[in-house]
This record gives sequence, C-alpha cells and structure tokens, in this order.
Amino acid sequence: MLHGHQTWVFPNKPSIVSTATVGGPFEAEGPLAEDFDLLHGDLWLGQDSYEKAEKKMLEEACEMAIQKAGLQKQDIQFFLSGDLMNQIISSSFAARTLAVPYLGLYGACSSSMESLTLGCLIVDSGSGNYVLCGTSSHNAAAEKQYRYPTEYGSQKPPTAQWTVTGAGVALLSSKGEGPRVTSATIGRVVDMGVTDPFNMGSAMAPAAVDTITAHFRDLRISPQDYDLIATGDLGRVGHRIAGDLLKKHGLEIPEDRFTDCGILIYSKDQPVVLAGGSGCGCSATVTYGHILNRVKKGELKKVLIVATGALLSPLSYQQKESIPCVAHAVSIEFNH
Amino acid sequence: MSNKKKKKLTPVQQQYHSFSKAREPQRPVLLNVIRAFLAGGTICLLGQFIQDFFLWNFNFTEKTAGDPTVAVLILLSVILTASGVYDHIAQWAGAGTAVPVTGFANSIASAAIEHRSEGFVLGVGASMFQLAGSVIVFGVFAAFVVVLIKTTLALLGGS
Repeated sequence: MLHGHQTWVFPNKPSIVSTATVGGPFEAEGPLAEDFDLLHGDLWLGQDSYEKAEKKMLEEACEMAIQKAGLQKQDIQFFLSGDLMNQIISSSFAARTLAVPYLGLYGACSSSMESLTLGCLIVDSGSGNYVLCGTSSHNAAAEKQYRYPTEYGSQKPPTAQWTVTGAGVALLSSKGEGPRVTSATIGRVVDMGVTDPFNMGSAMAPAAVDTITAHFRDLRISPQDYDLIATGDLGRVGHRIAGDLLKKHGLEIPEDRFTDCGILIYSKDQPVVLAGGSGCGCSATVTYGHILNRVKKGELKKVLIVATGALLSPLSYQQKESIPCVAHAVSIEFNH
Repeated sequence: MSNKKKKKLTPVQQQYHSFSKAREPQRPVLLNVIRAFLAGGTICLLGQFIQDFFLWNFNFTEKTAGDPTVAVLILLSVILTASGVYDHIAQWAGAGTAVPVTGFANSIASAAIEHRSEGFVLGVGASMFQLAGSVIVFGVFAAFVVVLIKTTLALLGGS
C-alpha cells in the first residue's frame, strides 16, 4: 500500500522465516564471523573460476535458507536475486540450479534490499507464499570486472572499499515465525557528479540520505522509532558524509543508532579493506546474519536497512560518466 | 579535480563536492612519495647488484649485462605476482613498484593469470596485454616520433 510518495507499507507484514549467509576467508577474519552460517577458507571454493565460486556461494545460501525453514525446493514459488556480475550471471545460474520461477534484478549493491522489497510485495499481495530473495558478490570476481586483475599491483587510495565475498538469502512467507517486514522505501537515482570509482562512499551517501529522509517524511516518523539504522556499504568515508548530510537536512540520527554494514563487517586491523566493505554481499550478509540475529535475540526491536548501490559500469567510468547511485530502505521489526 | 570538469557540475553538485572533500581522507602524498622512492630505489639497487653479478662472473660488458639483468627482475616480479605477494607490496610502495620493469611484468603476468579461466586463446592470449598494451602502443609510437626527429635533424645537418 502506497504511503506518501515512494513508500510501501505492508499490512500483512511478511515474515522472514529463515535466512542464510555464506562468507569468504576475509569475512571469516572479521568481527562478524560468528554470524555467518557458512564460511569458506578458500576464495575459489574448489571451483575453477571466481565467477563459478560466487554462483556456488549463492546456491549454498539458497539451499541452507530452504533447509532451515524445513521446506523443499518445490515449496518455493519465486526466487528474486541480483548480483554485480555482467548480465547477473551468478543469480541466473543459481536460479538454474534451483529450478524455481525466477526474476533477475540489478541494483548494484542495493540489490539486497531491492529483492527483499519486491519479495515482500509479492507475499503481501498474496501472489506467493514462499519467496526467496538473495544477492551475492565475490571480491576477486568484482575486482576483475570493475577494476584491475586481482594480482595487479596498484595502490588504492584510503577512500577505496573492499568488495565482500559473500551471499545472503532471506526466505519470505505470509505466515510463520520470524522478523517481519513492515514497510519499504524505494529510492530515487541520485548523482552528485562523483566520478572516482575508488570513492564510492561519497558517491552513494547522498542517495542514502535521500531515501532515509523520504522514508521518515512518507511515514511521518522520526529516527527515534528505530533501534538501528544501517546503511548498506557506505564505508567509513560515506558513513561520515551521510551522517553530516542528514544533520544538514535537520534529521539527526543518534551516533549509537546509525551504522553501516561496510564498517561492521571488517575490523580495523584489516587494513587491506581501507574504507570498509562494499558489494551486494555486504548488506545482505550483515543484515541477514548479524543484524537479524540481534533482532531475534531481542537486542533490537525495529531496524531500518538502507542498501546503497552505485550504478556504474567499467565502460561508463572509462567514458568519464559520473556515478549514479540509488538506495532502498526496508523496515524490519520483531515483536517477541 | 580540474576546474574544467567542475564547470560541468551544477551548483548543488559543486557544493556537495566541497562538502564531501572536507570529510574524506586524503591520499598521503608525501608518505607515498617517500615510500615510492625507497621501494623503487631498492629495486634499482637490486638491479645493480644483479648487473654486477653478471659482469664479474660472466663474460658480459656493461652494455650487454643489461639484458640478463632485466630478465632476472622480470622473473622475480612474475614469481611474486603468481604467489600473490606483489599486489600487497604495491599497495605499500605505489609508484615504487609500478615504474620499474617489475611493474610492467606484473601488469602482464597478473592479467594472464586472471584470464586463465577463459582459456588460452580468448583468455590468456587476448587479455594478457590489457594493461600493458597502451604502454607498448605509445612506447612504440614515441620511439617512432623520436627517430623521425633524429633522422630529420641528421638530414638537415648533413645537407
């Protein structure tokens, strides 16, 4: 149901009956290692290419989410997924294995909440009982496609971010126990003219701010209504900019309630990640793992996840285009 | 960012640029320059040792010892690239590892390793010079221009 300009309120409150997260070796060294369902020590996952490794992670996450809910593949009605690879091969190839009616999405790193939002719309409208929403990203596969070969020796600036190797999947249902999705805000594409792909945080921050302000405006609520507001992958640089931008717009979110998945996933003694994590897998694994675990434990009652995506391609960057960005916000709550 | 680029931005975008610039960590230029000097210098020193090794132990002259020296440095660079160490050194060293011949070898080796998954013809063969290609193209072109100038001068001087 439309509320305001760009927010959907789900009267039937679809529940997230199960989630599954898979991570790679770097995520295993991070502070959230305990929150992953499966961690791989090898970036290749025993496959012969990084692209295949990413697909394998997504398949594993889907399989685990279905298993955790005590269901079979046949029970799943729709699978919504997106990733960073050209022609979203990881999602489509995982869908081939799943053999479930599938819609492929692309919203760069915002795909995690894009798929969750659309999944909720399907479930809420009664168009499906069980909908699987997922995303994945792989550090080396993303580097290969967007930047340089993984072993190429280039010096990255301190604003650069580290693509998360991971896959996160959530299973939505109209009935059943679990955290419930109550509303979602679809973001506009915002382009502030940032052209540096090694500075995604500052490119995406305005999009996140635009969506957050729209969410509060449309629902006429304040940041006090949330225990936690987490952006997808702004990293340390973008998080700071977003916080200050929100203040400038008169929407102050208390420091302890405002965080970023890209900051949470790695610790400070992992200097290779520079400004923090990024990628579809970043917001998906942190939300479906760490944040929802805290929600289920009762530490948090109501959270807002704002997944941010930079909609650039290597080609658009080479042609000197700036980076358009988008952010989608999903509100999740759990009443014990 | 140059002023020319900035002119294309709207006032709101320009305002945001200065807003975000004030909140971004800057590249530590001075530190990077010092590191590049140390790393690049170390590689050159190593090259000098290798050259002297060839001069003292084999029948090389100062001119001919250059070729085996470069070959050894390339080999070392490729070994370090293949074992996944070079990119970590480069993050510290910056231009120090990119400018010497080791950086050139690394750019070719890393691309070749990366695209092995697409096979030898479409992968390794086609993508090997993805980064080094422009160095070769413009290197050859620059050499051509220099020769052209040199020859013209020689002809003018000769007449």
